[in-house]
Amino acid sequence: MTIVSSKQDPEALTFVIVAEFAAPPSRVWQVWADPRQLERWWGPPTWPATFEQHDVVAGGGSRYYMTGPDGEKARGWWRFVSLDEPRYLEFEDGFSDESGRPNPQMPTIRGRVELEEISAGTRMTVTSQFATVEQMEQLVQMGMVEGMTQAMGQIDDVLAAS
Amino acid sequence: MVVRRLERDEVDGIFAALADPTRRDIVARVLRQDASVSVLAEHYAMSFAAVQRHVAVLERAGLVRKERRGRERLVRGDVDTIRAATRLLDDYEEIWRGRLDRLDDLLAEPTEGPAR
Repeated sequence: MTIVSSKQDPEALTFVIVAEFAAPPSRVWQVWADPRQLERWWGPPTWPATFEQHDVVAGGGSRYYMTGPDGEKARGWWRFVSLDEPRYLEFEDGFSDESGRPNPQMPTIRGRVELEEISAGTRMTVTSQFATVEQMEQLVQMGMVEGMTQAMGQIDDVLAAS
Repeated sequence: MVVRRLERDEVDGIFAALADPTRRDIVARVLRQDASVSVLAEHYAMSFAAVQRHVAVLERAGLVRKERRGRERLVRGDVDTIRAATRLLDDYEEIWRGRLDRLDDLLAEPTEGPAR
């Protein structure tokens, strides 16, 4: 996997990351569409994600939670805005309360995933659009960054080996 | 260098301040070199008072400071604040770099049945 580029745009409140994978788009699509595969990479190692519901159809939704190191659960939801298998996926990603109801006080991110076939496999472009600065700040201050040190260590290993 | 954490209303102020192209340009300019408001005003097709208002917004957001130098008051960029603001997106970028790394491990596995 190669990260081709990443771009932070504080004014537009977006973050775009582009990576290439040695697998065709139909295969990369599965890591988004199959909840068992998705939960293996969505959460960091110390906050693994569990998807209880994952209806990958336009207007469909997901319910998931992430489990922290002390067993605490952070619950979230997705809503699929539009889909074009295996090329395009757009969804809203938000937080839920303990009973699984969407919490409007918490950050909502609009995610756009583009999968493009290239000779080496797939180029994936993920755009994260934040609604407000406040939401972006909230998100980063939450436990979602837990475990990043570990994840970054893994990346360093990959870089050192290549 | 330790980057201090920002309070939420500080962050709102910072991004609101940077939403304006003239103010972004002023920050970029005074990060390179301190300048008085009158010197800054020469670069923009607007009144001295308008530039002064932009500087005041940046000052309230903590992105620039005014410092007395002899008879002049010079505007200079506050590097700490600017770094702390960009760190928000750095943190988010780290989340995604971790995800892509794990995703790559997953794609490297055989898709069906046990390991071949």
